[in-house]
Amino acid sequence: MSNIDLSRFHRTFFDESLEGLDAMESALLRLDIGQADAETINLIFRSAHSIKGGAGTFGFTAVAGFTHLLETLLERVRSGQRQVSQADVDLLLRSVDVTRAMLRAADGGDACDLDNVARVSAELEQALDMKPAVVAPVAARPVAAGWSIRFIPKPDIFASGNDPLRILRELDRLGDAGITCIADDLPELGAIDPERCYLSWNIALRGDCDEAAVREVFAWVEDECNLEILPLDQPVATAASVEGMEAAPPAPDAGGRVVKKPQLNVVEGGKAAAESSIRVGTEKIDALINLVGELVITQAMLQQTAESLDPVLNEKLLQGLSQLDRNTRMLQEAVMSTRMLPVEAVFSRFPRMVRDLAAKLGKQIRLETVGESTELDKGVIERIADPLTHLVRNSLDHGLETTEQRIAAGKNPTGTITLRAAHQGGHIVIQVSDDGRGLNREKILAKAAERDVPVPPNPADADVWQLIFAPGFSTAEAVTDVSGRGVGMDVVKKNVQALSGQIEITTEAGKGTTVTIRLPLTLAILDGMSVRVGDDVFIVPLNCVVESLQPQPGQVKALTSNARVVKVRNEYVPLAPLHQHFNIRADAQHAETSILVLVESEGRKVAVQVDELVGQQQVVIKSLEANYRRVHGISGATILGDGRVALILDVAELVRGYARAAAA
Amino acid sequence: MSRILAVDDSTSMRQMVSFTLKAAGYDVTEAEDGLAALNLAKTQKFSLVLADVNMPNMDGLSLVRALRGLPDYKFTPLLMLTTESTPEKKAEGKSAGATGWLVKPFNPEQLIATIQRVLS
Amino acid sequence: MSATPQSSPETRPEALAAGTGMPNEFLTFTLGEEEYGVDILKVQEIRGYDTVTKVPNAPSFIKGVINLRGTIVPVVDLRLKFALGRADYNQFTVMIILNVARRVVGIVVDGVSDVMQLTPEQIRPAPEFGSNVNTKFITGIGALEQRMLILMDIEKLISSEDMALMDSASVH
Repeated sequence: MSNIDLSRFHRTFFDESLEGLDAMESALLRLDIGQADAETINLIFRSAHSIKGGAGTFGFTAVAGFTHLLETLLERVRSGQRQVSQADVDLLLRSVDVTRAMLRAADGGDACDLDNVARVSAELEQALDMKPAVVAPVAARPVAAGWSIRFIPKPDIFASGNDPLRILRELDRLGDAGITCIADDLPELGAIDPERCYLSWNIALRGDCDEAAVREVFAWVEDECNLEILPLDQPVATAASVEGMEAAPPAPDAGGRVVKKPQLNVVEGGKAAAESSIRVGTEKIDALINLVGELVITQAMLQQTAESLDPVLNEKLLQGLSQLDRNTRMLQEAVMSTRMLPVEAVFSRFPRMVRDLAAKLGKQIRLETVGESTELDKGVIERIADPLTHLVRNSLDHGLETTEQRIAAGKNPTGTITLRAAHQGGHIVIQVSDDGRGLNREKILAKAAERDVPVPPNPADADVWQLIFAPGFSTAEAVTDVSGRGVGMDVVKKNVQALSGQIEITTEAGKGTTVTIRLPLTLAILDGMSVRVGDDVFIVPLNCVVESLQPQPGQVKALTSNARVVKVRNEYVPLAPLHQHFNIRADAQHAETSILVLVESEGRKVAVQVDELVGQQQVVIKSLEANYRRVHGISGATILGDGRVALILDVAELVRGYARAAAA
Repeated sequence: MSRILAVDDSTSMRQMVSFTLKAAGYDVTEAEDGLAALNLAKTQKFSLVLADVNMPNMDGLSLVRALRGLPDYKFTPLLMLTTESTPEKKAEGKSAGATGWLVKPFNPEQLIATIQRVLS
Repeated sequence: MSATPQSSPETRPEALAAGTGMPNEFLTFTLGEEEYGVDILKVQEIRGYDTVTKVPNAPSFIKGVINLRGTIVPVVDLRLKFALGRADYNQFTVMIILNVARRVVGIVVDGVSDVMQLTPEQIRPAPEFGSNVNTKFITGIGALEQRMLILMDIEKLISSEDMALMDSASVH
């Protein structure tokens, strides 16, 4: 009848099913055993249910079979027949894994472990207390010559959207139907309620269909009619009574139905309607982002020109322009958002991993995540996942003590690993912290000596911690199931550096270790404060800004001939006159007549001296290095609404320079 | 051309239903949950609504119940897409006001046959 | 205002038929009194002089950076770099956007003339002197009728350390 190739929907099915599994997994992980809330259970159920439905429809029988078990178990939970236990959650999580593996295999990935599928299936069946289904033998019935049917619809049958006419027509398709209409109950015309059905029918259906097929026709109206189906003994003369059908009252024309039989018209290659997710090369998105940037600029130019027009005479034009303004901005946001993902995309893999590994290691570990919504370029997200995984494994395996050790040390028996993401000074900072035992200076030095890793003379603590990243330091380590796998911290460092990032370690014996990864924003969005110095506009990353102030006479003090500080409350903050730093013109030469923007980085503050605060805006960070070079004190550039380029201050670098100068 | 509203939270199922029915010559509008469907149905008239049962925001049963309460949908065929073929599930659908059901999994041919059953 | 210089393709077959070497096309521009040519394949487009954002602590011949359809592109005024002509900026000031060493760079010149075809026979080796531009950036002299074209190795020039356009690590 149709040649619709279902494979066109497979991509979407795989994508949405894998997403569904992710949602299911995180819902399972946050499920409160004992008082599971209905919405979470529903969400989990719906995911399994959708996958099962899709898998069945699209022909992935094995997936459909497996998820059917999963769904059945979840249905019992949902309906309150079963209380979820920790064991159930474990089983469900493993089922998620199995489903995922099956889907990946079906999607042309690696074959999945069939033994594991069988094992988990068996566990599900056991949990369901299922016995092999016994198929009741169907008694062979003699096929009748046909059926005599008495069909008496209830008066309100129309209210279910069913139309007796449709049923009669379907019966006629099963064989040769002789239909007699019985209109005895039809009231007088004036008393007829067109929403009610007053007619009934006798049908003599001749043909070799079985009773089930006849019942199937009435399946939807079982409760809306009285039905009698008996084998037809004698042949019935059909011709005479077909008028009955014509005599049936017209169904209320509520459906606006069209009698014309729809034509099946499958157009080959008509894929457009089918695909809602497609893969797009990032270079295409970048090209779009740039084009939209151009559009924004053109739009801003038009807006500027229009400002000189008479608002009364040009009302329509101005309205159109303001609409264009809104649309352009929305378009820009939409296009930009395609490149950005919240860091949650990578953080979300860790709850599961920590849970599983903690169980394996016999440790009690809690995972905290902070700043999951921090947006990060998709490319960076993809490439940061592996280094982060390694760091989290390390914390689990080596960083955190066993429960006994923690109790002995007087610490909370449950160790905590914290994943934190934030924008900081034109960078994205991702931290992996644990409250474990901290790094041991002596052990690291001993190991470095053993592995022939070069050690600087009289190393400071920070230098010792850096040894961990030396090639060869950790690769030869006993390959434990958890953090081994032959990947050392040197690889982590290399990966981070490949993203032009930096990696640092801070640690305190007995208190824990924090690894900080600082990544530049190649194409990230930043909340910025635009400031003006003379003719130039700079962007100060808003998250570095503590406050801005107009200094009072006497608030600024000279330390040396070119180092000054400003007293803010009880703190002396080094003054950073931007015009001097960048060798540019400023309106105000003296701090007393200008504006100070207090910025903070790495725990230190400086007061940046500017002429004016222009405003706050989100800016896209553009690389200055792609076509030019690195500029001291500048972390990147951005394009302002009017199309001009503005430079973004590298606050961390400024703070380091001025704080050091002030300390000297 | 008959206008059909296809409601399913699963994108692939929605696409499959929509594609199949469009290929069969119907005018199909998609909605991803009951609430979205109800809002569409309030502003436009559809000749038939095909709704999944399990959906976030508003499930299929609630949708059918709500639609039957609208004067425009008093007699409109409302079909449920269901994976459960147990009598209780069907009874639930019927008592909510559904015209009938189509049991998942189904293939495009079964889908068209069912729709034609109601619309032709 | 931007234009991509187009050569006239119909002249190519003639040159080939004459049995001479493949002609090369050069975009010609003036700097002060002299006429220069750069390989047309390195030219991305020609634009009017835009608002330039100054870059702190850059040499004076680096005018700053512009936004070229979303990309940050540095602009060098070759007139300042080679101390040629008067570095005025008005509505006629022209910028050639180059694509060299996998980078996009704008150069400001006195004016763009046209696109010229030169066969290898028409190109003579660079003299040791006689140009304001250091000879190490000159590949030859193109002679066509009355005109003398100084052919510039623009890639080498842009990449050179004294242009200060790249981090020293990436200077070739």
